[in-house]
Amino acid sequence: MPEKSGAEILIDILVEQGVDTVFGYPGGAVLPIYDALFQQKKIKHVLVRHEAGAAHAAEGYARATGKPGVVLVTSGPGATNAVTGIADAFMDSIPLIVLTGQVATNLIGSDAFQEADTVGITRHCSKHNYLVKDPAELATIVREAFSIATKGRPGPVVIDIPKNVQVATASTDVKRPARTRFTYAGEADYAEINRAVELIANAKAPILYTGGGIINSGPAASEALRELAELTGAPVTSTLMGLGAYPASGDAWLGMLGMHGTYEANMAMNQCDVMVCLGARFDDRVTGRLDAFSPDSVKIHVDIDRSSMNKTVRVDLPIVADVGTAMRQMIDVWKGRKYKKQSLEDWWARIAGWRAVDCLSYPGSTQEIMPQYAIERLFEATKDKSPIISTEVGQHQMWAAQHFHFDAPNKWLTSGGLGTMGYGLPAAIGAQLGNPNALVIDIAGEASIQMNIQEMATATQYRLPVKVFILNNEWMGMVRQWQELTYESRYSESYSDSLPDFVALAEAYGWKGIRCDDPAKLDDAIAEMLAYDGPVMFDCRVHKTSNCFPMIPSGAAHTDMILNADQVSGTMDDEAKALV
Amino acid sequence: MQIKQELTERHVLTLTVDNEAGTLARIAGMFTSRGYNIDSLTVADISEDHTTSRITIVTKGPPPVIDQIIAQCERLIPVHKVTDLTEAGPHVERELALVKVNGTGDQRVEAMRLADIYRARVIDATVNSFIFEITGGPDKIDTFVTLMREVGLVEVGRTGIVGLMRGAGVS
Ligand SMILES: Cc1cc2nc3c(=O)[nH]c(=O)nc-3n(C[C@H](O)[C@H](O)[C@H](O)COP(=O)(O)OP(=O)(O)OC[C@H]3O[C@@H](n4cnc5c(N)ncnc54)[C@H](O)[C@@H]3O)c2cc1C
Ligand SMILES: Cc1ncc(C[n+]2csc(CCOP(=O)(O)OP(=O)(O)O)c2C)c(N)n1
Repeated sequence: MPEKSGAEILIDILVEQGVDTVFGYPGGAVLPIYDALFQQKKIKHVLVRHEAGAAHAAEGYARATGKPGVVLVTSGPGATNAVTGIADAFMDSIPLIVLTGQVATNLIGSDAFQEADTVGITRHCSKHNYLVKDPAELATIVREAFSIATKGRPGPVVIDIPKNVQVATASTDVKRPARTRFTYAGEADYAEINRAVELIANAKAPILYTGGGIINSGPAASEALRELAELTGAPVTSTLMGLGAYPASGDAWLGMLGMHGTYEANMAMNQCDVMVCLGARFDDRVTGRLDAFSPDSVKIHVDIDRSSMNKTVRVDLPIVADVGTAMRQMIDVWKGRKYKKQSLEDWWARIAGWRAVDCLSYPGSTQEIMPQYAIERLFEATKDKSPIISTEVGQHQMWAAQHFHFDAPNKWLTSGGLGTMGYGLPAAIGAQLGNPNALVIDIAGEASIQMNIQEMATATQYRLPVKVFILNNEWMGMVRQWQELTYESRYSESYSDSLPDFVALAEAYGWKGIRCDDPAKLDDAIAEMLAYDGPVMFDCRVHKTSNCFPMIPSGAAHTDMILNADQVSGTMDDEAKALV
Repeated sequence: MQIKQELTERHVLTLTVDNEAGTLARIAGMFTSRGYNIDSLTVADISEDHTTSRITIVTKGPPPVIDQIIAQCERLIPVHKVTDLTEAGPHVERELALVKVNGTGDQRVEAMRLADIYRARVIDATVNSFIFEITGGPDKIDTFVTLMREVGLVEVGRTGIVGLMRGAGVS
């Protein structure tokens, strides 16, 4: 009977599952797997510079390609370094397979060298995890892991593989069937779909509140959304995670909703009579004060995960299904029953009133680059290239969400749920590997970029022409903003002191560095960045104390948006302070 | 600022789960990490081929939280089925307790008398101690234990609750 080592079996199954790229970092407990990798040609291994980078790169790869991202790290510190990325993928429903080395089975529990309880540590921040104790189990486990990571609500799956299991051999003869214990929702119940369509068709003020679930469902779901919006004539808003599912250039687009969403999106959510939540999860950044959240609407919620239903907001019609399939069903029913698009004239007139507030306007300047202006110019310069944009976390992330506009899914990579600074650069690297010909830009803050700055070397090594566009305001701007609004401008530890010279740093890593602080020269500088065939770090010096508006302060209702700096009081009560 | 408390209900949940390493930690840990209560938890292998276990969890929470608990349990890969016995209708709940009572003279006689009323069995006895075994619903056991405190209870062990639906239906 032919036998193979656990490491070889692992590689075989990865290839069988269609894996072509693995993001990893070697170490003692994965040496047998690295040796097996060395002896094959089907899988490309991308050597990152820190395991957090591997996990975020795999996330970026997954979000931009729709395929699961694969991570390979060693035991102990290798695994613990990857935990932030695993938790990030869990929050944002990103499919990952994380392979971690472990000490040999006979040493587990003995505080052996580089032993950490990886399965224990990742248990509640992964969709599922395994400790493999026998190479004969490996094939079944890895196959099941891929199915769990990618089906239903996607998420990260960790497979912890002790070193002796990588070395020991097992028969490859037995074709074990993949286990099928994992079930997930697909089509919706037609009775529920009928009811939903009826509600939408009779609504006077409907709204489609879309989210990351549509991106998770795949490009067909975005197509269905466009058709559904067209058929029903309803306005569309999206969460941070769902941007691109409906085109920002579309007529029905209201912009993002939530804490830093547009006035029109939040007002429409508040005033609608039928809310159709499509693959979004009523996050606290979106709902604001719960008892004031869209008080008079009938709420329909389509989500593949039953636990998302009624988690924070009680809904009237929960539909547990794949959102792409459910929207397709709605379209079929709508057409089958020959519903007519309502005029919804009054509703759109009210929306026009809210739009007229022009909530995203900001004070201009000829002296300094306003951060919003920088994003606008970047968008203008790149929109015909259909770029993939990743971000770090902070004000720049919100400005990018507000002022960069997406017309297609899988073009926007951002850490929403966990809000992980340091996500953007490795995510851009992963996205670039998955889309070698795409223009990939990480819109960054000067603080966040330093959290995984070592990944610049990864981009250099693999000749990845990623661009990092830093809105350098010399502050942890988002923190500074909250301190200004909530703590009477006591700026405790939020200044980005001792910043590196980003241009010199770029050059040190073999990148091109560009600096610009003059609004008049910005377009030329951006053009120079785009013309360069290689990685570029762009140090865009922006106005230092701009705040990101509109903003719904913690604990406030959608109708209590702060639209500009004049409306800021500078302090908040304890109830509001206690909310994140 | 005060931290708000909500009214809670007690629910008995039964879970059918894969009998594999880490399943119990996954479930118990999910309760702690999401801030849910566990009043009692029992687990035992129930299948002929040793692949399936049944877990009974008694939990407390406001109704929407109970609903979330069930949904969160169902999300776990090794969990196949979750039944809320409290919602499912008539069901029986049983728990077993071992109660050690030390004493002599009148106190000892009184302990015996009470045990008799509560149909507790003596499963160990010395001249100055008894161990009683009692089975019943949680209220009965609570009352028995409270009474025994008066007559020399020194130690008690409880299994936690198991439950089944009444009638022919299965949970
Ligand atoms: C600094 C900062 C500020 C933020 N401000 C905002 C803000 O102003 N506005 C905002 O919207 N967000 C904001 N966020 C992001 C926010 O924290 C949440 O991450 C985000 O709102 C969640 O998006 P979502 O509801 O689309 O859910 P996701 O996290 O994308 O979850 C997807 C949902 O869809 C479901 N799903 C998955 N696959 C499918 C499928 N195939 N079919 C059906 N359902 C599926 C999942 O079960 C889940 O419920 C901010 C984040 C940060 C870091
Ligand atoms: C790993 C991590 N640590 C801390 C935070 C809290 N945090 C959120 S935004 C922010 C400041 C980000 O500053 P910068 O990257 O300069 O972006 P800006 O807000 O100035 O655009 C911090 C510290 C976080 N989100 N992630």
